[in-house]
Amino acid sequence: MGQNSTGASKISSLALLIIFVTLALSLTALISAVTFFSSGEQVISGYLLLIGAVGLVLSTYMLFQTRSRISRLKIEVSPITTTLECKKCGFKNVREFQRGDYIFKEVEPCGKCNEKMLITAIYREARESEKAKERSQF
Amino acid sequence: MNVVDAIIAAQGQIAQDPFGEYSWVLNMLFYVVFIVFVFYGQKLQMYIMLKEIEGSLYRLKYIKDEGRKTTIETIKEIGKPQVDPSARVDKFLEYFMISPQNLDPAGVVWKLEHILDIRDTRFKDEVRMMAPSADETQANNLENTLEAAMALNYIYRIIRHFYLLGKKTYSLYVIMQIQMILPLVMREAEAYASALKAFAYGQPIGDGAGALVAAKLVHGHENKKIPKDCVVATVPLEGRTAFVIKAEGPGGNVGKVGDAIKMVIDENEGKIASLIMIDAAMKLEGEDVGEVSEGVGAAIGGPGVDQFKIEESLLKYRIPVNAVIVKEDIGDAVSPMRREIFESADKAIERIRQVVLERTKEGDKVIIVGVGNTMGIGQ
Repeated sequence: MGQNSTGASKISSLALLIIFVTLALSLTALISAVTFFSSGEQVISGYLLLIGAVGLVLSTYMLFQTRSRISRLKIEVSPITTTLECKKCGFKNVREFQRGDYIFKEVEPCGKCNEKMLITAIYREARESEKAKERSQF
Repeated sequence: MNVVDAIIAAQGQIAQDPFGEYSWVLNMLFYVVFIVFVFYGQKLQMYIMLKEIEGSLYRLKYIKDEGRKTTIETIKEIGKPQVDPSARVDKFLEYFMISPQNLDPAGVVWKLEHILDIRDTRFKDEVRMMAPSADETQANNLENTLEAAMALNYIYRIIRHFYLLGKKTYSLYVIMQIQMILPLVMREAEAYASALKAFAYGQPIGDGAGALVAAKLVHGHENKKIPKDCVVATVPLEGRTAFVIKAEGPGGNVGKVGDAIKMVIDENEGKIASLIMIDAAMKLEGEDVGEVSEGVGAAIGGPGVDQFKIEESLLKYRIPVNAVIVKEDIGDAVSPMRREIFESADKAIERIRQVVLERTKEGDKVIIVGVGNTMGIGQ
């Protein structure tokens, strides 16, 4: 779930075009500022530098925003692991969760002693980012 | 050397008059910005808030649509219906329940219980019609999936309502109140989004911490079904007889533990030394997930019907009630069970043993109840 995007996640191509045009114009303004500065036109150079810097910051910010909007539209799901245990010989097997698994379900025979194994644990490991958010100095 | 001289000269000129003959442009710009902010500052603030709500609304719409899609896919996969269930699911997502009138509060619990029973029966019937091939466990899981999809649909509709109302009235206060609670609303929606997959696949969820504790105590002992949707097993514990109650798993089910406790108390003519309830409880920020705490009182959430029934039964025979809780937040409660919560089950059992040893005598009878959704947890 969540890997494919819907209409809501699409960024309009016009918006992207505007962002890239602004970016290109800002870079041009910065280059022109250097040219004017070396030819002694400090005032025009100052204006171009200001316009270029503002344009560059704005377009970079907008580009970053569109990217983060796409990533925000994904639903992240952590992998779930199932632990199988043989009550006779103590053999443990950890695998990915499969539909129909539940805690205390008897499943396939043990690879070592052929006794039926038991699901003893099903859990997910929290992502590091999730844990980092929970940490507090207090 | 020439370049250095030019830079020093330019610095001097800029320091004296930064924009030369064009400085009036900057002055004008400053006044224009000042006037615009004086008259349109609030509107600009509202616009920013509306944009923020709009962004969250996009995400809510996405989550809601994913929820609907997951539900329909699961119904098709498990239930193998003859007709496309989409229309029925859409109709079901708008389903509502009207709480009983409480102007005269006497007897409101029984009225609420009646309404909840009707709702439950209706849900089960709908799931049966949508997914005729699903077995009982799968039907319970589907019911939970539908409930999560309904919750997401409801959250989306509420936020959309305030967003559009704010846009229509251009009232700062309408927009502000929704913008202020938005982070909490989004947190809940994200929690339900991750719950959907767990419900659809029948994975244990964080809310099942109490049920897991009871399952660990019950496992290996004979158990019998008791009303409604619960099981009870007689387990010897530290020289006492423990009646361990939990909702019947592994399908998504919370059971009516209030009725189950009443039945066990009545069967033993009230001769119960203590009732110990284990449940997942809301943690405060800064507390660790899976932390185990102990207290007194009926540890059970929900609409309050079961808590009322338990308290009535306990009062009748003056039975002490102890509570052991496993701390987690809303996201952990409805999403697949975290390792920390799973591991806390053993700590909770240790606490139960301590309570039994300290609060009861050898030969006494105790009731231990694992409260919570038993999805993905057998017995």
